[in-house]
Amino acid sequence: MTDACVVVNGLRKRFGPTIALDGMSFGVRPGLVTGFAGPNGAGKSTTMRVILGLDAADEGTALIGGRPYRDLRRPLCQVGSLLDASALQPGRTARDHLMWLARSQGLGARRVDAVIEQVGLRTAARRRAGGLSLGMRQRLGIAAALLGDPPVLIMDEPFNGMDPEGIIWIRALLRSLAAEGRAVLVSSHLMSELQDTADHVVVAGRGRVIADASVARLLETASGRRATLEEAYLELTRDAAGFRAAGAPEAAL
Amino acid sequence: MTVTAPYRPDPPAGRDGFVPVLRAEWTKFRTVRGWVAGVVVAAMVTVLFGILVASGVHCASGPFPGRPVELPCSAPLGPGGEAVDDRFFFVHRPLDGDGSVTARLTSLTGITTFPPPDHHPVVPRVVPWAKAGVIIKAGTERGSAYTAMMITGSHGARMQSGFTSDVAGPPGGVSAASPRWVRLTRSGGTITGYESADGTRWTEVGTARLAGPARAGLFVASPCDLSVYQGTFGGVGAACRFTQATAVFDQVTVRGAPPGGWGRTRVGDTGQRTDWELYHRPAGVQESAGTFTVTGSGDMAPLRAGEHVTVEWALAGVPIGLVVIAVVAVGFISAEYRRGLIRTTLLATPRRGRTLAAKAVVAGTVTFAAGLAATGVAIPIGTRILRAGGAVVLPVGALTEVRVAVGTAALMAVVAVLALGLGALLRRGGAAVAVVIATVVLPEVLAKASILPDGMARWLLRVTPAAGFAIRQSVPEYPQVIGYYAPVLGYYPLAPWAGFAVLCGYAALVLGLATARLRRRDA
Repeated sequence: MTDACVVVNGLRKRFGPTIALDGMSFGVRPGLVTGFAGPNGAGKSTTMRVILGLDAADEGTALIGGRPYRDLRRPLCQVGSLLDASALQPGRTARDHLMWLARSQGLGARRVDAVIEQVGLRTAARRRAGGLSLGMRQRLGIAAALLGDPPVLIMDEPFNGMDPEGIIWIRALLRSLAAEGRAVLVSSHLMSELQDTADHVVVAGRGRVIADASVARLLETASGRRATLEEAYLELTRDAAGFRAAGAPEAAL
Repeated sequence: MTVTAPYRPDPPAGRDGFVPVLRAEWTKFRTVRGWVAGVVVAAMVTVLFGILVASGVHCASGPFPGRPVELPCSAPLGPGGEAVDDRFFFVHRPLDGDGSVTARLTSLTGITTFPPPDHHPVVPRVVPWAKAGVIIKAGTERGSAYTAMMITGSHGARMQSGFTSDVAGPPGGVSAASPRWVRLTRSGGTITGYESADGTRWTEVGTARLAGPARAGLFVASPCDLSVYQGTFGGVGAACRFTQATAVFDQVTVRGAPPGGWGRTRVGDTGQRTDWELYHRPAGVQESAGTFTVTGSGDMAPLRAGEHVTVEWALAGVPIGLVVIAVVAVGFISAEYRRGLIRTTLLATPRRGRTLAAKAVVAGTVTFAAGLAATGVAIPIGTRILRAGGAVVLPVGALTEVRVAVGTAALMAVVAVLALGLGALLRRGGAAVAVVIATVVLPEVLAKASILPDGMARWLLRVTPAAGFAIRQSVPEYPQVIGYYAPVLGYYPLAPWAGFAVLCGYAALVLGLATARLRRRDA
């Protein structure tokens, strides 16, 4: 984990009586697409928000290049992120949305037009965000993540709302971003989406990591009949539940 | 797994710091059409409502104005440029160069008509600011420069000049047992006022400038008696009742005057007479064996707001404009909470205090610019319409007018910052707008509309952010001039900048709390 760009170490967080994070620890390495999987409530989104400095953890650290997000200068040039693609001011055009983000990082209109081109939003750039389809909003969110040409990308459910063509496009994009040496963390609740995209998978359950391995390894360590990541995942999460019930401390591969 | 070298982009050009945050927030603001339109509408509403109010004001030349918006049609200007009341009885001789006027006052009596609470027709009573004494005045025309040394009904000896200046001398009243001496000397354009109890030991009260040809002599004035009553539907009303004072002078000497008799002038005579003057005692002077008995009414004083129109009437639309400003400024932050966009904002600019400060700067600056455009248009157009309607718009100095125009724009800007802070603190747009209306707009409107009792109106305009409206007050209170200095007539309990400071304090407090909450809470 020493070469990881993003290091999550022992995160704990409670929301009232609910334990959201219970010792979450993993790393995201450059040059790879790291899938972040787990059932709803496993703590994926909370972990991402803590990494991005939006939520504060009760315990533990989440560092990007050795520093917490809030200490980054021009953060969009170091970490690009996509959390909720629908978080837009409906009256503002897609291009203007990217424009204010660019200004916040000291970037100009040329970079805005470049990412609009890159995500294929040119025809919709002057449309108001309120009139964009979910797929177009997703592309706009990805454009915002790419705006600062960052070495680290963190995306929460980027496949949501995408048509099949869009899913193919985003897979290729994520792979090409990783191939350029960027660290890419992608969460999804659908393992099938990650199977053809991720090099490495972190599986979360009940606020902690229950598996952290390459896709190849996840598939091969399992018995021969498990041909898909989805099956491996289902077995893992079922095991995790069993371990916790028995009070066993760890379940990792 | 392929081994790839970590991605190291070229460090992008550009700056880190407050400026990019500011540019981001400005870009955000100008790219939402509704917000830009809202600020323009706020400015237009401010101007149009001011014009509407100004168009409804007409002067009335009759003695009994029927409606409160009917006001006297003209007023003389004093040497300082302010509109003045200049009515008194004047017994005078020419004094073109150096010289002096001295007199002994042995009696000051008077009557008040219809005084509350029982409204007896007439009672013998000297009103507190009835005044009698010696005066040097540039002429007998209304508004001409003067300096007077006087004994008042119950404010002791005073030296007054130029309609606004008032210097207190030794206290005490006048009676046959304890007469008072007053003297004015003029030497090279400087007039010095003295008072004495015995005519030998003199106390200097003050000095004033008055050069050139003048008239020197005796005068008596008695301002109307103000009574304030509780209105039927809450609020207050005010009535000012005719009074008259009579002073007895002897040992009168004027040095430096050419030989000749005394002139007698009822300064500021409108030709109107009260029944008391017609059937009992007219204004005038009776002289017998060196004793002058002078009777007069009126005052030498600047005109008050309420009885007359002021510049800020043209800004009557400001509270309405502020409602629109509040909606826009609150929306500038609460919309981000509603849409979840606040997270995107904090991802781009994670220094939360800086981000909120940038929003406040943008909201404040945009509102200030719109407010300045509004006041810059409303004041000249509104006062022109008021004057065209015949109203006397109390003139104020250029600096005061600039303070009213720029200060009102600043008031709107600070209210925008306050609204933004409330939006960030409460995170709910409707609640934040409601708080702004309840604490800023309502106290001002209720106080001005005479709905609240006077005491409560004053209290609210001290302790709520609405205190900031004091920045609009163009004419000051004069303690030596009887007047109903109430919020309903445009007099605020705090001085203009003090009231503005109260508003700024609230804005700073709310913004500080909002920053603390933004820093502490998960986004």
